[in-house]
Amino acid sequence: MTDDKDVLRDVWFGRIPTCFTLYQDEITEREAEPYYLLLPRVSYLTLVTDKVKKHFQKVMRQEDISEIWFEYEGTPLKWHYPIGLLFDLLASSSALPWNITVHFKSFPEKDLLHCPSKDAIEAHFMSCVKEADALKHKSQVINEMQKKDHKQLWMGLQNDRFDQFWAINRKLMEYPAEENGFRYIPFRIYQTTTERPFIQKLFRPVAADGQLHTLGDLLKDTCPSAITPEDGEKKNQVLIHGIEPMLETPLQWLSEHLSYPDNFLHISIIPQPTD
Amino acid sequence: MPNSALWAVDLFGKVHTLSTAGQYWELCKDSQLEFKRVSAATQCCWGIACDNQVYVYVCASDVPIRCREEAYENQRWNPVGGFCEKLLPSDRWQWSDVSGLQHRPLDGVALPSPHWAWESDWYVDENFGGEPTEKGGWTYAIDFPATYTRDKKWNSCVRRRRWIRYRRYKSRDTWAKIPSKDDPEQLPDPFNDLSVGGWEITDEPVGRLSVWAVSLQGKVWYREDVNHPNPEGSSWSLMDTPGEVVQISCGPHDLLWATLWEGQALVREGINRNNPKGSSWSIVEPPTSENGIMHVSVGVGVVWAVTKDRKVWGIGCEDRAIYFRQGVTQSELSGKTWKAIIASREYDRSHSGSSSSLLSAGCFFGDEVRGSGESCAPSDTDASSEAERPGPDQPGPAGSVDSPRNPRDSLALGSGSGRTTEPAEEETTGPAIQTPGLEPHPGPASTLAELPWTNIDLKEPKRAPSHPAAGFPEASGLSTLGLLPLGLEEPYGADDHPLWAWVSGGGCAVEPHTVLKWFTVQSGLSPSMQTLSMSITPAQTAAWRKQIFQQLTERTKRELENFRHYEQAVEQSVWVKTGALQWWCDWKPHKWVDVRVALEQFTGLDGARDSILFIYYVVHEEKKYIHVFLNEVTVLVPVLNETKHSFALYTPERTRQRWPVRLAAATEQDMNDWLALLNLSCCESRRVHGRPSPQAIWSVTCKGDIFVSEPSPDLEAPEHMLPCDQMFWRQMGGHLRVVEANGQGVVWGIGYDHTAWVYTGGYGGGCFQGLASSTSNIYTQSDVKCVYIYENQRWNPVTGYSSRGLPTDRYMWSDASGLQECTKAGTKPPSLQWTWVSDWAVDFSVPGGTDQEGWQYASDFPASYHGYKTMKDFVRRRCWARKCKLVTTGPWLEVAPLTLADVSIIPERPGADRSGHNIALWAVSDKGDVLCRLGVSELNPAGSSWLHVGTDQPFTSVSIGACHQVWAVARDGSAFYRGSVSPAQPAGDCWYHIPSPTKQRLKQVSVGQTSVYALDENGNLWYRQGVTPSYPQGSSWEHVSNNVRRVSVGPLDQVWVIANKVQGSHSLSRGTVCHRTGVRPREPKGQGWDYGIGVSKAGLGLHGHSVCAGTWHQGWWEAPDSPSGMLDLPVSPLGPWQPWVTRLSPSRGAGITSPSGPMPPEPSGAGPRRELPSAVWSRASPGHPHRWPGPRRRPLAPSAAKAASRTRKQAARRCEGSRVICEPSRLSH
Repeated sequence: MTDDKDVLRDVWFGRIPTCFTLYQDEITEREAEPYYLLLPRVSYLTLVTDKVKKHFQKVMRQEDISEIWFEYEGTPLKWHYPIGLLFDLLASSSALPWNITVHFKSFPEKDLLHCPSKDAIEAHFMSCVKEADALKHKSQVINEMQKKDHKQLWMGLQNDRFDQFWAINRKLMEYPAEENGFRYIPFRIYQTTTERPFIQKLFRPVAADGQLHTLGDLLKDTCPSAITPEDGEKKNQVLIHGIEPMLETPLQWLSEHLSYPDNFLHISIIPQPTD
Repeated sequence: MPNSALWAVDLFGKVHTLSTAGQYWELCKDSQLEFKRVSAATQCCWGIACDNQVYVYVCASDVPIRCREEAYENQRWNPVGGFCEKLLPSDRWQWSDVSGLQHRPLDGVALPSPHWAWESDWYVDENFGGEPTEKGGWTYAIDFPATYTRDKKWNSCVRRRRWIRYRRYKSRDTWAKIPSKDDPEQLPDPFNDLSVGGWEITDEPVGRLSVWAVSLQGKVWYREDVNHPNPEGSSWSLMDTPGEVVQISCGPHDLLWATLWEGQALVREGINRNNPKGSSWSIVEPPTSENGIMHVSVGVGVVWAVTKDRKVWGIGCEDRAIYFRQGVTQSELSGKTWKAIIASREYDRSHSGSSSSLLSAGCFFGDEVRGSGESCAPSDTDASSEAERPGPDQPGPAGSVDSPRNPRDSLALGSGSGRTTEPAEEETTGPAIQTPGLEPHPGPASTLAELPWTNIDLKEPKRAPSHPAAGFPEASGLSTLGLLPLGLEEPYGADDHPLWAWVSGGGCAVEPHTVLKWFTVQSGLSPSMQTLSMSITPAQTAAWRKQIFQQLTERTKRELENFRHYEQAVEQSVWVKTGALQWWCDWKPHKWVDVRVALEQFTGLDGARDSILFIYYVVHEEKKYIHVFLNEVTVLVPVLNETKHSFALYTPERTRQRWPVRLAAATEQDMNDWLALLNLSCCESRRVHGRPSPQAIWSVTCKGDIFVSEPSPDLEAPEHMLPCDQMFWRQMGGHLRVVEANGQGVVWGIGYDHTAWVYTGGYGGGCFQGLASSTSNIYTQSDVKCVYIYENQRWNPVTGYSSRGLPTDRYMWSDASGLQECTKAGTKPPSLQWTWVSDWAVDFSVPGGTDQEGWQYASDFPASYHGYKTMKDFVRRRCWARKCKLVTTGPWLEVAPLTLADVSIIPERPGADRSGHNIALWAVSDKGDVLCRLGVSELNPAGSSWLHVGTDQPFTSVSIGACHQVWAVARDGSAFYRGSVSPAQPAGDCWYHIPSPTKQRLKQVSVGQTSVYALDENGNLWYRQGVTPSYPQGSSWEHVSNNVRRVSVGPLDQVWVIANKVQGSHSLSRGTVCHRTGVRPREPKGQGWDYGIGVSKAGLGLHGHSVCAGTWHQGWWEAPDSPSGMLDLPVSPLGPWQPWVTRLSPSRGAGITSPSGPMPPEPSGAGPRRELPSAVWSRASPGHPHRWPGPRRRPLAPSAAKAASRTRKQAARRCEGSRVICEPSRLSH
């Protein structure tokens, strides 16, 4: 029998083997070797790629270096999406390792946010956490926390410290005993097929009749196209952390166990791979 | 707490019960009768039916109520025919009772009532004082009456033998009419009122009850001899009263009140354990002379009364002051808002039992409450929250009009919702209950405010116009409660909700932490939720959950397996947690000093995380530190005492030094945080997490803490056995006295209060929250134990016995040893976790017996005490006990309702294919019944039900070996072997009586694969010789060792004992775990003692001054061949384990045993503390003169084989004579 706590651990320690290659048009002094790295699924690209940056900068001239950015099969990778989400959304059906191209030139201004420093990531991360708690607890929990608790959340993520992070995050996952869950479930649904970056709505974990809402209920409500009709062929995959939870899974449980560190459930809907 | 039930009668006389675990009223199983009055105790309910007869309803249980009838057959020898039936004219009857005075032919022994049935026919008792007579049960003497012996002598002129027959109470789960065959002169006229109580007068588990009844003529009757084996009692006896009584109420303790026609109340005085009927009445005038008392109801320490002007009065028992109860005035009642409803609720709550006189409140309240019922219908929740709001009130002194409303009263848990979502369910009300803590002895000033109240608010807004609300004290609160049916004039439709006429909460125990489902409508959850707590099924079986677990595993495999050589993106940095704690400075100044601590975590090259704990302290203004590598820590033990939240940290090195690092935190929360973090770090560095494996080794300390250790592969390697002091132990939540595991994940425990618990598969709980605990399978657990102190007195010629002792005497109030002063006021619960739940009471069940007041006499302190006074006795003492309770959480679920004294699970080797078979589990209840658990399996470790295995006497210990050999020890000290136990016949067929070793009374038995060891009351350890598969009873006992307190034999015949050594004048008896090494099939004698273990974990100096100074008693499992763990080393609370103290000078010894006393100097020197265990053991081992014989499985030499076959034949002959004492199991049911 496995305990739910193990899910948190598995989620946290999810890793994506990645091969970084320098974009062919970048000017180098000598040939740039590809760089292999295990990326934490729950972290952010610009937070964990210091080594990559250093590796490629060694072979480049100082004047050619500007802000680093990443691209996969032509799509610039948004650093403010968690790595696991980027992978699930764009590359989950491709072979491992994940081949990411590294750029130092021609920053795609219209696609990506600038990431001048780690502070930008922290600010983004904390604003997500706060938004999530606003949905879950009317911000009560996050506001009651001390500054150092906020810092511990961030440091836990930055240093990949599960215990440190969860010692605080646990409080964000609590809810009053008399309720059956959070006020609203913080979630975002991403699809590659639409222009819209993601879907986000107010959605309660418990229905008016007291029944727990499931993942299926959420999709039916927010993204009906993702659901396979009863007699139809399965067209889409619903991925969270690289797995496909059953549609019967209670949403509240998912939110407590499969949320990213930013406290959001990032759900990717991708076309069913046609082997 | 086992489930208990609230009993209620509706207007039509139908009896309903509401279980504390249930959500709906259930109609009583036997619903033929209509009742007007019920009064409930825990296991039974008495009632007066509409035919004016008294009935008792005894709840069914897995253990039958059985009673032994016996008769003696007497014979005299005469020269012609030898022993024959012809007796001398002066002799006794040929068939008689034990005294010989009463004629008692076998066929003349009748069943006492139709509610009994014979279990079997008469048979001869072969057991004579623990030994078989082998002669048809005859015992011989020179003449009647005389001392009988087993052996016939030349002068044996008479003989007798005992015949036994059992009868069984059969009318369970049904209303059994109490036969009235009393003297017609005194035949009670129809009863008008009835009240049961008094079950707390004695602590003994015999289930004695006081049943009082009032007849229509106003006479009071007492039912004699009502107890567990005789649920009906024997006869009614008339009690003289000074006037005509209308109503009576009996509390669980010694309170008994009655009301007279004239309006006064009667109080029974002199009720105590020796005289449950009491001795005299005294009259209490009503609070106001013009309005007499109409109804009284008593609880543990309180009396409520309703007067004729409908005021409710409460009397706290402590000062007998009278308090006015708020809100029952007419003006308030006619109020229209919720305030009025509070008032009426208030009224009803205190108005326990006014229903006896329907004229009282029925009409009066009719309008009012109906109104409230209507108004509450649309806004239930608001209503009750409103009701909960009244602010805290001050306890009112006598006569005060202020409400002494209990502030906790306002903590109503549920809303008074009467809505039921499922119409199919029995239409019930949703009462609101309040479950404050039980305070049996509130202080005078706040008597009322602290009274335990449970408020049941039964209102049904939809159909019935109103419902009565009634209250009753919770837990062992009031015995009888009345419910007032309101709106009587309303027609009562068939589908209407019941209108209640009477309620009795006497048997209903509501713990403060219990969540009752009486008030809320379960929403969104499947009905199976209700049964969730009843059986252990893997709650996590939902398909979606399985799929997530499975997919996550697959994902990890897919994304990580072939890429492990990749570099990690984030280098693990050092992480530090710092804090302020106190640290016990082991050298000067020997005190707790404030320290800064820092836990540094880092990742090693192999990816494993490790941590170092630094403790920075200042000595002589010089900054210093010590550090501990957490991967070396073997155990973290919380050491809770009266004042400090502290814990100790052991490493193998420190274990050998007996010098743990001891740290204390300012608050419990702080300590728990550190403990959890340190434990997590230790587990991480040893890569231990999650649920313990089925093979895990379980143990309990003498403080009741539970520890578990994962058997490492090294344990199996005979060459490089892992020394036991390097085993890593982690704590599980919960509190147990005994733990027993079978090596396949089935783990049972027994608490100090004898409650049986089964392991649920979770981990953590207790002080381990958050990540250190599993999400599911953690439940509330509670335990109750007693603290004992002694009152000592010396005789002097002037005043007799008095509390004035000699200057050299012990304290007049002391611990058992007399060395520590323990006063009633000054004695605290063992640690901050414990709270008192009772007051001090004399303990009569001490060894040696007591007189009527609980005194034990002796010639001088300290000496052996006896329960009667002789000329030579100059001192006496008596034992006072006080119960304290602990509430914690852990991966345990109660196995209700029976309470156990011993449990044994068949040991199984991992990997052995047992699938399809149930796991054999035997137990002895705390009443001495032998029980066999059915349906125990890995998936359902709690099993399904008990099968009672009949015995001729109470048993104390049971053990089942790997081949289904069941051995047990009876209370008379002899052993029994259960024949034919097998998976197909789990209860076996009969007991074989095994005489105990000469002049010794056995107290415990333990069976391994083939070995059988038994322990007698004098601490001798015996090995059963000659046990073979064909003759499993063996032939004789062989003495192995003395000085043993507890033995445990493993599935591979490994032998573990707790050695006992009482230390001189100090009270500290010492229990030391010893292990016999080298016991193997081919080396039956073993090789020697394992010195390096056991002593290792001595929690030296960790316990407080208290009587039950607890040290770390560790049960160790060191199985060279098997990692499976079965371990049962329960530890006596009075037996701390102090193996080495004798080597110290007295002052040092004393110092070490107390945390605040001085510790030996030189933290790193070679002081006494530094001695290695082996040194200690080399002293200890000469104390065991006997070598340990191992199990003998070598082929016997021819001569030995002959001898063996001879003894086997003898034994077989004896066995033939041995009677089948108990019928096979199917007859038990």
